[in-house]
Amino acid sequence: MADIADMKAESLGIGARVAGALLAVIVLAVVAAPVLAPQDPFDIASLRLFDSLSPPAILDGGLMPFPLGSDGQGRDVLSAMLYGARLSFLVGALAILMAALIGVPVGIAAGYAGGVLDVALMRLADAQLAVPSILLALLADGVARALLPRSWLEASAIPILVAAIGLARWPHFARVVRTGARLHRGRDYVSAARLIGLGNFDIALDHVLPNVAGTVLVVAAVSLGLAVMDEATLSFLGVGLPVTRPSLGTLIRLGSDYLLSGEWWVVVFPALALAVPVILANIVADGLRDRLDPRARPSERLRA
Amino acid sequence: MIMGRWLGLLLARLAQAVPVLLVVAALAWALGLVAGDPLAATVGLDATAAERAAAAARLGLDRPLPEQYARFLLRAAQGDFGISTRLARPVGPLIAERLPATVELAGVAFLLSLAIGIVGGVVAAVWRRAATTRLLMVGTLVGMSVPTFLTGTLLILLFSAELRILPSFGRGQVVALGGWTTGLLTPGGLAALVLPATTLAIFQSALLLRLVRAGMIEALASDHIRFARARGLAGAVVLRIALMNALVPVVSAASMQLGTLVAFSVVTESVFQWPGVGQLLVQSVAAADVPVIAAYLVLVAVLFLAINLAADLLSVAIDPRLRVVDGARRWRTSPT
Repeated sequence: MADIADMKAESLGIGARVAGALLAVIVLAVVAAPVLAPQDPFDIASLRLFDSLSPPAILDGGLMPFPLGSDGQGRDVLSAMLYGARLSFLVGALAILMAALIGVPVGIAAGYAGGVLDVALMRLADAQLAVPSILLALLADGVARALLPRSWLEASAIPILVAAIGLARWPHFARVVRTGARLHRGRDYVSAARLIGLGNFDIALDHVLPNVAGTVLVVAAVSLGLAVMDEATLSFLGVGLPVTRPSLGTLIRLGSDYLLSGEWWVVVFPALALAVPVILANIVADGLRDRLDPRARPSERLRA
Repeated sequence: MIMGRWLGLLLARLAQAVPVLLVVAALAWALGLVAGDPLAATVGLDATAAERAAAAARLGLDRPLPEQYARFLLRAAQGDFGISTRLARPVGPLIAERLPATVELAGVAFLLSLAIGIVGGVVAAVWRRAATTRLLMVGTLVGMSVPTFLTGTLLILLFSAELRILPSFGRGQVVALGGWTTGLLTPGGLAALVLPATTLAIFQSALLLRLVRAGMIEALASDHIRFARARGLAGAVVLRIALMNALVPVVSAASMQLGTLVAFSVVTESVFQWPGVGQLLVQSVAAADVPVIAAYLVLVAVLFLAINLAADLLSVAIDPRLRVVDGARRWRTSPT
């Protein structure tokens, strides 16, 4: 179990460090989308229908306001990509936050309390882990859509996605936190804290939680790329973010209508904007995992 | 003795499966109760109070909740999950007629990924340091990082839009065999299967390849394999023994993969407009079609429990060590 202090940057491989730097540049560009993007893709007034499906600017017939071409609604592909990636990353990060907010307390409770509670919670986690998270997220999405009034659906697309993906991914956090909590439960300083009269809740918060924080961060890093993929998949399937506020997955779904008619730029650029950060994140996560558990097999790491 | 162990394992696993199934079924039932409004579905929204009461009595909705749940279980066991609100047809037959498409797609993809994963994994373990092996391993990392829907979309772009050699949607021509429709017997059906099955198999074969390679490297370095080699056993025989040892974790992983295949067939079917159960689920989620979602929930639970059980039984069949070592001690703890 590596503590956070051990996780110095030098201990990461060169590949992971380069990938991390590239990823940081991409995240910065995406955060700065309103400054960088030539157009506001969510503003219907800025769409230029007459210039729809114009190819990237360096190709024949390309127009300059569209460096990477425009889509079927005259939307600038570069702007749509930057704003779409913003939404995708936001949903991914919030979903991981939610998964951690459920998984960490469950893990601490199970590991620290032990006994029947431990068995029950971990059985639940195991049962859920057996089913792929994308299927769970899809079913949770369906349940949310069934429970909410239809008129709310578009406005609450982001909360629904965050809840669906977060609910599908909490067991990963619960599992590692439980292991950490069990490890620290028997330590002297916990007994000492109990001797001076601290309650279970205080001990969990002040003594167990800081010790598992490093592990939680690593799990969060590993899960982030996967959560972004989950979001993109759901949006691609048409049950994620709506056409009016497209994420990367929505853009790829809309673009796939033009697959057979030759307007490849509508699909290929958003696809790269999704795949490249996810691959980079997986390389970084792989490196972090090596630090945490040098014995873990490469094959057991991805898309658990 | 082996039969006894299998029977014991079977019974233990079934005993664990029943509570899980009951909980999932309760979820599905509660979902229908809270969100489905089965009354409006049968008598319409503008029915009078008397009509609603009559319908409630007919549907058993005036009964105590435990009794309603029991009835739900009884009907579910017979494949009756009510009527789809989107298509106004019974859910059972709706799923049944789409099942062959999904089973064929997932089955072909599974065999494909097993073949690529095992052959590739053995090759990558035997020629560990070859440049082609390194390239293969990078390829698997990329294959595991690209989302399934993207793989499918890019394959369509390449093979259907640019090269125009493979169809990009539908099942092609299918033949009906009794209640089963198959696309495996016509050239059109086979051609239509190529891209979706490849899309679905890419991620799985990358994962299996890495697992088989790691297991083979470990097995080839173990004492009993080195001893077999020292005794002068032929290379092929040694490889076969090592592969048998390496396959145990692969079997449990491959079974998880079977589940993952079902999950990602949802995505693949949407990309290729494949008329299977997955596409039905996505359309039902988009339309908040509660009876179909509830039925799928139960179906998934049954499927995953069955897959896990089959994997456990198969592990015992493959690895002789599991039959000797006490059941609680798995292969990892046995000396290798």
